Amino acid sequence: MKPLGEIGKGLFKENPILVIMLGLCATLACSTNFSDALGMGLAFSFVIVGSNVVISLVRRLVPGQVRIPVYITVIATLVTVADYVMKAFVPDLSRSLGVFVPLIVVNCIIMGRAEAFASKNGVWRSFLDGLGMGIGFTVVIALIGILRGLMGEGTISLSLLGLKDITVLSDKWYPGVLIFILAPGAFLVIGFLIALHHKIGDLLATAKARKTQSNLRQAATASPTVSGEGASTDDRQ
Amino acid sequence: MMKSEKRSITSASAPYIAEGAGIRTVMWTVSACLVPALAWGLAVFGARAILVVATALAGAVLTELAANAIRGKVTVGDGSAFLTGLVIGMSLPPAAPVYVPLCASVFAVAVVKHASGGLGANWMNPAMAGRVFALLSFPAAMSAWIAPATIAEGAGPSFDALSGATPLSVVKTTVSSIGAGAASQEAAASALRSLGGPAALMAVHHYPVTAFDGQLSKWLGGLFGVNVRPGYFDLFFGNTAGSIGEISVFLLLVGAAVLLARKIISWEIPAALLGTFALLTWVFGGVPFATGLFQGDVLFHLFSGGIVFCAFFIATDYVSGPLTRPGKIVFGAGVGLIAFLIRAAGILPEGASVAIIVMNMFVPLIDRFLRPKRTVIAREKTT
Repeated sequence: MKPLGEIGKGLFKENPILVIMLGLCATLACSTNFSDALGMGLAFSFVIVGSNVVISLVRRLVPGQVRIPVYITVIATLVTVADYVMKAFVPDLSRSLGVFVPLIVVNCIIMGRAEAFASKNGVWRSFLDGLGMGIGFTVVIALIGILRGLMGEGTISLSLLGLKDITVLSDKWYPGVLIFILAPGAFLVIGFLIALHHKIGDLLATAKARKTQSNLRQAATASPTVSGEGASTDDRQ
Repeated sequence: MMKSEKRSITSASAPYIAEGAGIRTVMWTVSACLVPALAWGLAVFGARAILVVATALAGAVLTELAANAIRGKVTVGDGSAFLTGLVIGMSLPPAAPVYVPLCASVFAVAVVKHASGGLGANWMNPAMAGRVFALLSFPAAMSAWIAPATIAEGAGPSFDALSGATPLSVVKTTVSSIGAGAASQEAAASALRSLGGPAALMAVHHYPVTAFDGQLSKWLGGLFGVNVRPGYFDLFFGNTAGSIGEISVFLLLVGAAVLLARKIISWEIPAALLGTFALLTWVFGGVPFATGLFQGDVLFHLFSGGIVFCAFFIATDYVSGPLTRPGKIVFGAGVGLIAFLIRAAGILPEGASVAIIVMNMFVPLIDRFLRPKRTVIAREKTT
């Protein structure tokens, strides 16, 4: 597979939140606003890229029986690094995400990619896979964060970027649909995003099918002139 | 065969007459049976309640039309969206802002019903899901109670007619504030015991009692030579604050009697629900008041809140309920149990709507384990 394809599959075809649907607990808990979601996405991306690379490097050295403990040790190390870095440089975010940063250790997507991809592929491809998964996760969780913050409180929180929150729907006239800040709201938003993802996938598939069909038809209409009259004389009569 | 076979299934001879009890008939009959209780609610709460119900109805029907347009199938005439809107409107506080009924009914029809495949495919009761959506989303607006016109005029100066709390919320806040404010557990227990149950507690709070109730209680007390505490008749007939459609237990029972007589609803779910709820209230209802077991005030709890409304009109929904008779009894008992637990030990004053949704989740399980027996020809027992 081309490098771009390796990244691209994490974005759409094998998106960790919308298709693989593993480790949703971090997605549910850390997507109440854009700022938290982006922080979670970046921390997650750092850990998955790092773990994919390291695990791919040591994949031939580790006996199969102890591979899971080794994965966990590698991931836990990276998570600890991410946790300390966040505590040092973005303490507010660290406080807001709370226990969910240490919990990245047991995030099923990271374990899943380590088991399903990094332990079977080379370093470069594992790096690209981790990058794609990280970007896919970050984009979708950030989107969920924007939607939930917008519907729940009417604001888009940008405190992680050092900016003031954008108030889209003023609380003077927008009551704030609090359910979107609670867990049921996260499920609703994820559910509708999954439905949208399916719809887009269907549209892309039909467009592709139509394109191949028209290509075939073109080839069929073009073929008599290329390959001579012999084969098509019967059809014309 | 040696013995004559006992036939368990008999069928009458032709001609068969179709009675036509389709979705349309059921939905519109249930709606019609809700009208007395609705009319009472609108009459005593006035214009704001009318606005709430009208918004809920309009929201549900317009959402149904929009969903029909998207899905290319017109089902608005079957009355299910109308009934959903009606139940939502009746289950909301009379002074709720307009966006509450609107959001609740749009959520109920668009997300709960049509997103899961339309009528018949929804696992959750749409109206109750809409109500719980509003409850979680707008907690402040969902306690926008007003006192009904019938008690506001006779009320003492200490009663605030505009923010007239419901009997259940008065009980809940008083009990929890005593529990939180007392110095020791013993002090809290004795303070709670001195309240003497929910009906006495309301009297302490000068919760208004109408002259109608006072005279009826006095007459009944004289008839049997006992002391009847006033207040129960107001709860029963609907002279109390609460959601628009739930306050008049009497008129709800009238509607329910029609539905039962016409066999649109069956007795299992309401009986199991109210039976479980009443039994648990009798046994454990005294616990929040530190009076021990078998001291619960069953009548107070049956007549207050939305338990009767839910038992007859909402828990009996065909789509989100179980199919078999034992299943219906289990379902009803489960709703009664959860509704009791929320009232006795929860943060909310009551939670019949939440109880129904929780039990909706168990319906596939109930239907799986309590299947109807396969139709086999019954063998006679060997004697």
